[in-house]
Amino acid sequence: MMVWFRRTSREERPPSRVPEGLWVKCEGCREILYRKELERSLFVCPRCGHHHRISARTRLAQLFDNGEWKELFANVYSTDPLEFVDSKPYSERLKALRDKGLKHDAMLIGVGKLGGRRVIVGAMEYAFMGGSMGSAMGEKLTRAIERCLKTRTPLVTVACSGGARMQEGVLSLMQLAKISAGLAKLHQARIPFISVLTDPTTGGVTASFAMLGDINIGEPGALIGFAGPRVIEQTIRQKLPEGFQRAEFLLEHGMLDMVVPRGELKETLIRCLAHLAS
Amino acid sequence: MAMGSLPVPPFLARVEELRARLAELEALGTTQAREEAAAVREALEEEVRRVTASLTPWQKCLLARHPERPYTLDYIRGLFTDWVELHGDRRFADDPAIVAGFARLDGESVAVVGHQKGRDTKERLYRNFGQPKPEGYRKALRVMELAAKFGRPIVCFVDTPGAYPGIDAEERGQAEAIAYNLRAMAMLEVPIVVVITGEGGSGGALAIAVGDRVLMMEHAIYSVISPEGCAAILWKDQSAVQQAAAALRLTATDLLRFRVVDEVLPEPLGGAHMAPQLAIRTVGQAICKHLHELARLKPKELTERRYQRFRALGVVAER
Repeated sequence: MMVWFRRTSREERPPSRVPEGLWVKCEGCREILYRKELERSLFVCPRCGHHHRISARTRLAQLFDNGEWKELFANVYSTDPLEFVDSKPYSERLKALRDKGLKHDAMLIGVGKLGGRRVIVGAMEYAFMGGSMGSAMGEKLTRAIERCLKTRTPLVTVACSGGARMQEGVLSLMQLAKISAGLAKLHQARIPFISVLTDPTTGGVTASFAMLGDINIGEPGALIGFAGPRVIEQTIRQKLPEGFQRAEFLLEHGMLDMVVPRGELKETLIRCLAHLAS
Repeated sequence: MAMGSLPVPPFLARVEELRARLAELEALGTTQAREEAAAVREALEEEVRRVTASLTPWQKCLLARHPERPYTLDYIRGLFTDWVELHGDRRFADDPAIVAGFARLDGESVAVVGHQKGRDTKERLYRNFGQPKPEGYRKALRVMELAAKFGRPIVCFVDTPGAYPGIDAEERGQAEAIAYNLRAMAMLEVPIVVVITGEGGSGGALAIAVGDRVLMMEHAIYSVISPEGCAAILWKDQSAVQQAAAALRLTATDLLRFRVVDEVLPEPLGGAHMAPQLAIRTVGQAICKHLHELARLKPKELTERRYQRFRALGVVAER
């Protein structure tokens, strides 16, 4: 819970995933943990319960039966339609990430079995530009929704994102409308959609699909909101109350159906889907 | 429309000076004043031409935020009759940052929804600078759903810096309110025409902008983030607003190229605030034209085309 308040300087920002190495330091309690042990507990600290950020691939492996799944829409990738340049060109940022092996942009989509039931799961990749949503991710998720419609397959998304991708300007913003319009069709077709919100889920991702689940599930301690805490602090010029915009806060305010520890997520999804899916 | 307390952007200082002088002279009404007014009018026109000949994206942002620009209620007064404003989201409160109701356009009843900014300091505070809270988006949707229920088309006016970033807005589900509108607007089985009249501020704008046609004023802007926000995050420097504004491609011409908007509506020389009645008339004619075209479509055709319209947005590559 206190992590956010320590996260003021850029150096201390937690990495997008647990670093490699035999021993790792817990982001929550600073305890030194044996990596294998942390991995066994799904990257949840056995001592303090801190949920570490995990890669999209790890997430899909944790959720699908026997860790088996097939990637969908892997051929879609981002371009630089605005020819956006800040400290370096967006096109170079994209290339550097793809060269590092991140070829699925901000969302990895897989189809497989969850509790024996065929589902499509889209998990976000925070390491890909802060999990920011641009045209490629919007296109992939929309195709996933259309596939769900055609095959009457339930959809699960696992959000982890700072919001829309600035480097694609208003085209990123349009992905909110595009995905939500797809979800309107899924809604009308009565196909279940469960949204899981992890740390962090903010901006345009929260303001579109992440809040539109038939059931919304948060991970413990996850920062979830529309505006980021710093923007709010600057606007109202006062300190934010403790626990503000955390998953538990959203549960209390009626925005989430439940807050579920990672170890129970798969079982929870299976039970929810059994209630909703035909 | 009286000038408020908002500062005039520096590049418009001379224009504003000449406008003020012209107004003074016209008020005097003496022969001498009339002669001088003619000269000032000429100088003003020349200065406006000079300034608007090559507007930078950042200057367009400043024009889009001009404190005398027509706002939603000005469009409603200028174009519609029988305006009946409706209030409240039936859940929590009424949000003055969004106005919604029914009115007649060319004799036909339509629903009108729009962001509303204030003219003077008091009204600006009352309207929360046009930044809606969740109840504003929920009111907007309530009225749009009424329109769908009774088969009335919907006209939306977009002009907001963005959805309000505050504790109360977050507590009541700002993100959920926006998301819910995006999904619900995609399903409304009546024609929706959207006009971006000033600032199209990200999700706070989009939440009432999922339309069959999206029109944009020549000097309006539409962006995923404000140039100020973008400069602070990507350039780590508030003063990089000019670069950020240019990089974001937020002008009407850019958005027409990306098909985010369907038509750009020309503004009077120097911007909509220079001749508000003319600007309002142009907007009215465009709305009527598009509503007329959309009236031919069956409800299911409308929603399917609306889906395809947004489905096509974005640029990706495939290997």
